[in-house]
Order: sequence, then C-alpha cells, then structure tokens
Amino acid sequence: MMLKVAGLEAFYGEQQALFGVGFELDEGGVRTLLGANGAGKTTVLRALCGMVRTAGEVRFDGKAIAGWATEDIVRLSIAHVPEGRGTFLRVTVEENLQLGAMTRRDRPGIAADIDRVYEHFPRLRERRDQQAGTLSGGEQQMLAVGRALMLRPRLMLLDEPSFGLAPLVVAELFEILRQINREMGVAMLVVEQNAALALDLAEHAYLLETGRIVMDAPAAVFGADESVRRAYLGY
Amino acid sequence: MTVPTEEIAAKQPVAVAPPVGAARRGAALDVALARPVVIAASLVIALVIPLVVRSFIAFQLTQVMVYALAILGLNLLTGYNGQFSLGHSAFYGIGAYTAAIMMHRWDITYFWTLPSAGLVCFAVGFLFGLPALRLQGLYLALATFALAVAMPQILKFGPLEHWTGGVQGLVIDKPDPPFGLPIDADQWLYYFTLAVLVLMFAGATSLVNSRSGRAIKAIRDNPIAAAAMGINTALYKTLTFGVSALYTGVAGALGAIVVQFVAPDSFSFFLSVSFLVGLVIGGVGSIPGCLVGGLFVLYVPNIAESVSTGLAGVVYGVILLIIIFVMPDGAAGFARLAAARLAGAKQPHTTEGRLP
Amino acid sequence: MELLLQQVMAGLATGAIYALMALAVVMIYQAIDHLNFAQGEMAMFSTFIAWQLMQWGQPYWAAFAIAAALSFVGGVVIERVLFRPIHNAPILSSIVAFIALFSILNSGAGYLFDYTIKEFPTPFGSKPFLGITLISTHQAGMIGVTLGMLALLYLFFRGTRLGLAMRAAAANPESARLVGIRVGWMTALGWGMAAAIGAVAGVLIAPVVFLEPNMMLGVLLYGFAGAVLGGLTSPGGAVFGGFAMGVIENLAGTFIPYVGRELKLTIALVLIVAVLMVRPSGIFGRRLVVRV
Repeated sequence: MMLKVAGLEAFYGEQQALFGVGFELDEGGVRTLLGANGAGKTTVLRALCGMVRTAGEVRFDGKAIAGWATEDIVRLSIAHVPEGRGTFLRVTVEENLQLGAMTRRDRPGIAADIDRVYEHFPRLRERRDQQAGTLSGGEQQMLAVGRALMLRPRLMLLDEPSFGLAPLVVAELFEILRQINREMGVAMLVVEQNAALALDLAEHAYLLETGRIVMDAPAAVFGADESVRRAYLGY
Repeated sequence: MTVPTEEIAAKQPVAVAPPVGAARRGAALDVALARPVVIAASLVIALVIPLVVRSFIAFQLTQVMVYALAILGLNLLTGYNGQFSLGHSAFYGIGAYTAAIMMHRWDITYFWTLPSAGLVCFAVGFLFGLPALRLQGLYLALATFALAVAMPQILKFGPLEHWTGGVQGLVIDKPDPPFGLPIDADQWLYYFTLAVLVLMFAGATSLVNSRSGRAIKAIRDNPIAAAAMGINTALYKTLTFGVSALYTGVAGALGAIVVQFVAPDSFSFFLSVSFLVGLVIGGVGSIPGCLVGGLFVLYVPNIAESVSTGLAGVVYGVILLIIIFVMPDGAAGFARLAAARLAGAKQPHTTEGRLP
Repeated sequence: MELLLQQVMAGLATGAIYALMALAVVMIYQAIDHLNFAQGEMAMFSTFIAWQLMQWGQPYWAAFAIAAALSFVGGVVIERVLFRPIHNAPILSSIVAFIALFSILNSGAGYLFDYTIKEFPTPFGSKPFLGITLISTHQAGMIGVTLGMLALLYLFFRGTRLGLAMRAAAANPESARLVGIRVGWMTALGWGMAAAIGAVAGVLIAPVVFLEPNMMLGVLLYGFAGAVLGGLTSPGGAVFGGFAMGVIENLAGTFIPYVGRELKLTIALVLIVAVLMVRPSGIFGRRLVVRV
C-alpha cells in the first residue's frame, strides 16, 4: 500500500474537524472521497499535505509523514491540486508549469514534460505566454492539473476538480485524468461533490460525514446502494 | 519546519476536553466577581497614593494617566475600529494648544478648556475622517503620518505666532486647588486628572459595549459584512475618528495643564509612535490596558536611559522586543491568558495549525 | 530656467536613492505584508560598516562590496531570528517590533560610531558631469547605479528560477508550498536583498547628506512616501514614486521661500495625500479585491 492513513485527526485552532479517519491507496489506484459540504473532505487533503495541525498516522511508502512540512511532503512526489486551483495568477501559463517543477533539476526533462502537458491540454499551449489570471475557470483547472504533473507525481490529490466548470469541460477533464492514470500510473485521491463523475473514475470510494468515514466500499457498490445515493449523492 | 526522524510518528497530543458542568460554572463565576473587586480596589489605591508618595511621583502618575487617556483615544480608532493612525500626536497637540491659548490669551479657567479641546478635536477628527474613508491600511497610515508631520509646522507658522507663541510656545499657570482644600497643587491636579480619567474610561467602556460599539467592532472585523448587515460604515468610521480625536485632545489639554507648557516640537511624529507603542504594550482593544501603556510610555524610556546612557535606545528596543515575544497581544492579552489558566479552562492554542 | 533644470536633475539624483529605498520597502511589503520601518536604519548601519572598513584601510569598492554582503547576511539573520517567530502575532505588534529594531540600530550606531557628522567619499568625484553644469558626476553616478541595480533586479526576478520562486512565494505562499518552494527561506532571501539594496542606497547618499546615525530617517520617509505614491503593489510604481519625491522635494526647497527640512516633507506628504484622494491605492497601485 503506497498510502496508508489511520486514526487521522485534524484541528483548525481548537476546533476538531476530523475524527479518526482511515483509508488507503495503492500504487496507481484511484479512489474518491465523497460527502456533503463541510464534511471535511478538503481537510483530509490538507491534512495529508501538512497544511493543518494533525494527530494520527499517515504513511507514504511506509514513511510516517504526519507532522512533516508541506514543502517536504511535496518532495515525496505528492502533488496537490487545491480547492480553488491555487493558480499563480500574475505569472504566465508557462511560468506556472515551471513552478510546478521547482523541486527538479533536470532541464531537458522539465522541458519535455512541459511539452507533454501541452499535449494533454492543447488550449494551454495556445495561451502559454498569457497571464494565468486571464484564463477561464476550465483552463485554470487544466493548468492546475498540468502544474501538478510537472512534479512527476506518484500521487495526485485533487480537491473538487469539477467545481464551477461547465459539464462538457468537466467531462473532458476527467477523461484526461483517466488517461494520466492509465498511461503514467499516477495514483489519485479525488475529493468531489459530483459523485457520479467521481464514482465513474474511481475504483473505490469513501463517504465522509462531519469528519468521520461512514462508508468504505468499491465504487460500484456505492452506485448501487439506493439509500446512499438518495441521501448523500443527490440522485 | 523540521522533518522528524523516520520512526513512527508518536500520536500527537489531542486537545484536552474542557472542564464540564459545575466546575466550569464555578470558574466563570470567579472571573465575573473578580472584575468589580479589582476595579474597586484599584480606585481605592488610586485615591490614596498621592497622599503617601512624594509630590514628584504624584506628578509622574498624573502624566501616566494623561498618556493613558491619549492612548485610549488611539485605541478607539485603531484597536476597536481598525483604522490605523500615526497622526494622534496632532490631536494631542491641538487639544494642548486649545487649552494653552484659552488659558494664556483669554484667561479662561482650566476646567473649561477640557470640553473645548474635546469639541475642537472632535470636529477636526471628524473632518479628517471624511476623506480618510477612501483610504485603507498603509495608505491611511501615510495620510495620518502627513497630519502628524504637518502639525509642528503649523504650530510654528509665522502668521499664527500671535496665537501659538511660535517656536517658543506658551507658558501657563498651574491651577490651585479649589475651596482651599488641604492638598498641594500637584495632588489636586492628580485628583482632577483621575476624575476625568475615570469618567472618560467609563464612557469608553459603555460605548464599546453598546450597539454602536458592536457596529464599530464589526466594521473592524469585516467591513463588507458590516455594510451588508445595514451598518452605515461611513458614518460610524467618521464618528469614531471624531470621538478618538476627542479623547486624545482632552488628554492633550490635560497634559498642557499638568506640564504648564506647550511648544511645537513636543507634538511631533515621535509622540504618535509612543502612543502606538503604548497601545500595543497595553493591549490593542483593551481599555484597562491603556493604563499599562501609559505607564510604559512614561517610565520605560527613563529606565532605559538609566541602565546605559549611551545605549539607551538599544535597551529600550530590547525591552520592547522581549515584551512582544513574550506577550504578543500586550498586557491585556497576557492577563486574559493568565485568567483563563487560573479558571482551569483549556489552554488556548495560539497557532492555528500550519500556515496556510 | 537653468536653475529649474538643475534642481530637477538634483531632484532626480536624490530621487534615485529614494527610488532604491522605495523598492526595498515594497519588496519586503510584498513578501510579508508589513512595512519595515527599520529599513533606513539598517542601511545607515551598513554605511557605517563601509566607512569603518575604509578607516581600516580598505579601498572604496572592497569596503562597499563587503558592507553589501554583510548587510545581506544581516537581513537574513534578522528575518529568521526576529520576525519569523512573531509572524503570527497581530500586525500592530510586528510594527512595534520594527520600531524596536529601529531604536536598537540607531542607538547602537551612535554608540559605536558616535554622533559627529562624518564625510563619506564618493567614487565618482564631484565635477560637472560630461561638462554639463546641470549635474555633477556623483549625481550622475547615483542615477546610473540606481538604474543599473533596477535592471539587475528586473532580470533576476523575471529571468531566473529563484526569482520566479520568490515572486511565487510572495504572491501565493500556500500554492508555493505545494510546489515545494521553501517559503520561509524565500522571505529571508527577500529581506537579505532588501538590506543589501539599502546598503547601496546608504553608501550612495552619504556623500550628500553626510554620515551620521540620523541620516537615513528622511531618506526612508521619502522612500516610503514614494512607494505609497507609486502604489505599494507595484515595484515600478515605487521607483517612479521615489524619483518623483526627489524632484518634488528639491523644487519645493528651491522655489518656496522659508522652507526648511521639515516643511519640505510636509509639502511632499500633503501632495501625496491629495493624489491618494484621487487614486486611493497609489498611482500605479492595484486595489486587492478579496472574495468575502
């Protein structure tokens, strides 16, 4: 198991947001975290990256990384595409991608990877010298994913990638994610409110409710369970 | 940020649950009773002090109270309303000169100068607050800084010399104790200042706890939300500017009477900086904290000087740094933490998890 | 007419220094959202170090280089030791920390080097520049060095990886961490660079205002004012503001009668406030729109 989390607790100041969350992720696997607003999904990803105060166990490749600084966790090839995309708005598209490769030193490799990102996302190539803040929401989301890819990650954490995007754009994005997972073997943990999309992409899913995991099952089971669908997934 | 060695990360401590039920209620009761007792005790001590200490100490304590009042003015604007001001030395100066001119030129008795200084400063503050509505943060800081720098220039301005006394300033007589009371002039000034202080501190307390006070604080915390709730932010911000200037102006008038002298260079930008330092040391957003601030502003520079004349500034700076490190929220913040610990409550965490 | 041009050139020369200070101020402001009031004192202290090195026999350029390098280190150390631990404290507390630093440096310099006014040499000489009596060689040197430094900084920030990382860390620290940038060290680096820039500014202006512990207060104030005038979010604006302040100060001093040092500052500030009424975020500044 590449990623193993057990008894994870997270705190914002004195407020506890996660209560003993546990899950795991295999090399190259895709899993999704579902749940309503405020359930704590984003907090899980932030906890994995050392962005909130935590307690509990987080193991990546057997290494205990709970309590590590974000910059060090990233260097383990874990890329986080945050809520709101986290684009560097005042620099160009290409500079955003270069920033994604900040921890790497191999110039030719970086250049090749930038080209690969443009192949996945041709629209970004058209806008490579534009200020990232002028891009549309969908393009910024693609840029965020592209920037994450520049890390050559083994694990990608995606926080609500479909947020605020038109359905057609989202479908395109998720198809590309599927490709990336297949061709490059990047494992993914996707936090989503759009359950249908997420369950289509992932093989396994977790349902989070006010900081606790209340369901842990293969994606197909989720989709089949009618009461879960009605209560939590809205369809 | 350190990377721990590769062993299993030990379970980090979870926050301790707060004491439940009766124990907690008891603790809250203690804190609620403590406040009036502390206030009463302080008043008694304050009343007795000038009778048992040397005249000079009473004089110094009077100055402490004057500074505390000035700092309270700044506190109302910056601490409670979030408008940053480097210009309060100007209001202090206007108040001082109003009192001096009234006493020196028109022979008006000293206690009438206080409300006059207050009114004049309220007007000036309010008028300054109007254009200040457009400015925020450091831009506002610069505008207030301009005010502070301009004030000594205005006071030295040739054509106004007949009123202001120009560079030499004005001298005023020390008021005598009324009704032939058996105390000397310094002690009388002390009690007079104490009375004004208590009155104005009470006024400020009732203001910040009132509906208007909540509006003022709401504007500080989230101006957009405050406006969305229907608060007339423009009105409140300018009024607060006026009230804040009023407080510092009255302090200035008192200061002039106590020191018996006003001169342009006493009201420079450096005075504003002193007020700011006093505000932070005492505790932003705390009314009793202003007294601590006043004590600091009067005594610490002298202490620094006595430790080492050549390195006075270094000593002063080091003292400031130590205080900021140990009590980043000022004396009031520190007292709050201490009271919470004593009441047995959960230890509040000062870090909000990792940095965003 | 010639007097006007002369004063404008002189104004541009001192304005160059204000521009450097303004740039240092804005660099730190963009990194930490605070204004470093002690910037001027740090520059003054560096200038004294250069002076001391020259007293000990070092040639001008060696002293200059060593002082700049020491200032860089000093800036990094101050950030790591003093400001990193309190960066979670309320803004007003940080301001008081800056005031404390100011006091320490000012008093320390006075103690170590005393308060007598000292002369400071210029490597450029003081003859008319290229025979033009409008501007002396030192003044031309000030402008030249400033422009050179600005060009270097521009190339650094736009053209190097490290510069890009620093820009990213200042603009969006959270995202910067997510790409592995060590934001804390980027901030320290920014401080170091600002301190070194301050050292350059101090060394350039010391021949004009003479070396003494209070020499930089006015320069810092004009630099700060220039940065506000130009807009605190715009390094280019800060530079423009600095030059503008120099010209305004000089013209006010020359053409308005009975104007002393403090009145010049007052006039300059009043003008800026007037500008702020029309452009509340400075001429080139951008108002930050924050989603509620």
